[in-house]
Amino acid sequence: MIKNILNLGDAALYCDFGKDVNREINTQVIRYFKSIQKENIASINNLSPSYNKLIISFDLKKTNFKDLKKLIENLNITNEDDLENKKIEVPVCCDENFALDIVRLENKLNLKREKIYENFFSKEFFCYMTGFIAGMPFLGDLSKNMRANRLETPRVRVPKGSVALTEQFANIYTFESPGGWNVIGNSPLRIFDSSKEESPNLINPGDIVLFKEISKNQYENFNE
Amino acid sequence: MSKNYFQVIRAGINTTFQDEGRKNLYHVGIPFSGAMDKRNYLLSNKLVGNKINSPALEFAYQGPLLKYFGNKINIAITGDVNFRIKKKDITIDGNCYQSLNLEDGDEIDILSTNKSVYGYLAIGGQIDLKYQWSSCSTNTKAIIGANDGKKFENEQVINISQLNNHLVEKKLNYLNTKIENIRIIKGTNFDYFSDKGKKIFLEKEFIVSKLTDRMGMRLEGPKIENIIDTNIKSEGLIKGVIQVPADGNPIVMLSDHGTIGGYPKIGVVISADYDKLVQLSPGSKIKFKQVDLSSAENLFKLYDLETQNLISQIE
Repeated sequence: MIKNILNLGDAALYCDFGKDVNREINTQVIRYFKSIQKENIASINNLSPSYNKLIISFDLKKTNFKDLKKLIENLNITNEDDLENKKIEVPVCCDENFALDIVRLENKLNLKREKIYENFFSKEFFCYMTGFIAGMPFLGDLSKNMRANRLETPRVRVPKGSVALTEQFANIYTFESPGGWNVIGNSPLRIFDSSKEESPNLINPGDIVLFKEISKNQYENFNE
Repeated sequence: MSKNYFQVIRAGINTTFQDEGRKNLYHVGIPFSGAMDKRNYLLSNKLVGNKINSPALEFAYQGPLLKYFGNKINIAITGDVNFRIKKKDITIDGNCYQSLNLEDGDEIDILSTNKSVYGYLAIGGQIDLKYQWSSCSTNTKAIIGANDGKKFENEQVINISQLNNHLVEKKLNYLNTKIENIRIIKGTNFDYFSDKGKKIFLEKEFIVSKLTDRMGMRLEGPKIENIIDTNIKSEGLIKGVIQVPADGNPIVMLSDHGTIGGYPKIGVVISADYDKLVQLSPGSKIKFKQVDLSSAENLFKLYDLETQNLISQIE
């Protein structure tokens, strides 16, 4: 449940679901997000669900904080288990040319690369949110022995398709972008497709992601 | 190639097509985009009799040099822009907030946005553009919108599929005023900062750095000290949010911002001051002033009324 609704500036509601990051809280956020989305409220410009917050930005010409807050507080939120939890398999090539930070991770985690990949590929990931850049999924959770901090100095350019880890999360760089996550491989799969206006993102909040290792040869001949 | 078109002789530094932007895509990772300075964008289109939400060319610093081919066409430029119209045997200095007609072979040379950043060129007619999610706004990061999601390039062409019938030259008396302070509302992490840090944020001057573009504005000045945590769990962002990363230098999120961020939010620029904010060029001084929510709402009503008044002057 929403613990508190604050204003973020003069044209957004900041709905706080608590401090922790876990599936239970995030599922609540996604339920609110989907329920509000279904209402098609004309004064709402954007919804930003994240781990444990939902930001609702609105058109200040059409409503204001107080009125929209009341409306949201009185909304009927579906409590049924209606989240789809689609399962998606994402191929990843861990060739040395792609695994830019594997040596750093071996040192940071005190694990051999074989073990890091074994842990990574045996895990089922949950998509908490998408964004930062278009389509980028924030996936969790890595086990405790797999958690490393961001790079001290972020890269100016992380290659498109990079699969990277930080703290309890994994993500996929859908575009070349600056970034500080530990890159362990690259996926040839198209995660964001702007020509599909209805569903541009392959992975959406609530989905389950499994990574599958592929060879350099399979990567180069990958065909969607 | 259509009968009426502009040839881009010089593209300018950052010229893109913009309209009112895209809604309801933050959750996908796509920001609002759209014209940075909403009011000037709106006025440019009104001056040439275009419909609301029509595309306009947005340029920054040095704008494009365009040569026109076709039947008589109405254009208007808004902002604080220094430009010239080259006709067959005469070159005239252009006036902003005044629509004018171009004839076959005329050139518009947009030299600079004086002490500001963005200017707008509206073309009286319909332009054939790629729309994605009901907007033509070019977002170069996500590679979406008009012009294949790219900035303008030299030698490209702007095709106009239909000219407006109206060729009335209209004039608006409007001066872009500068404001001394950018007004803000306290952010959701205001208390992450020390008393001294808060005081610095609300009382000291900052300088707009060169690392400023459509995504964000980086500021330099005295460091703002964080006493709780220099990171938060990543969460949504909106335009106008001021984040302070570990180095203590604030970053203001602008129209093409990343949709998720993990730095504490010290403040949010009020909606009424956003157009003024984006026009502050690198090297400009900026000072924040705190207001409460109801003042911010009233200031927006005033801003909106003033915009409506300007529009009714044109109509």
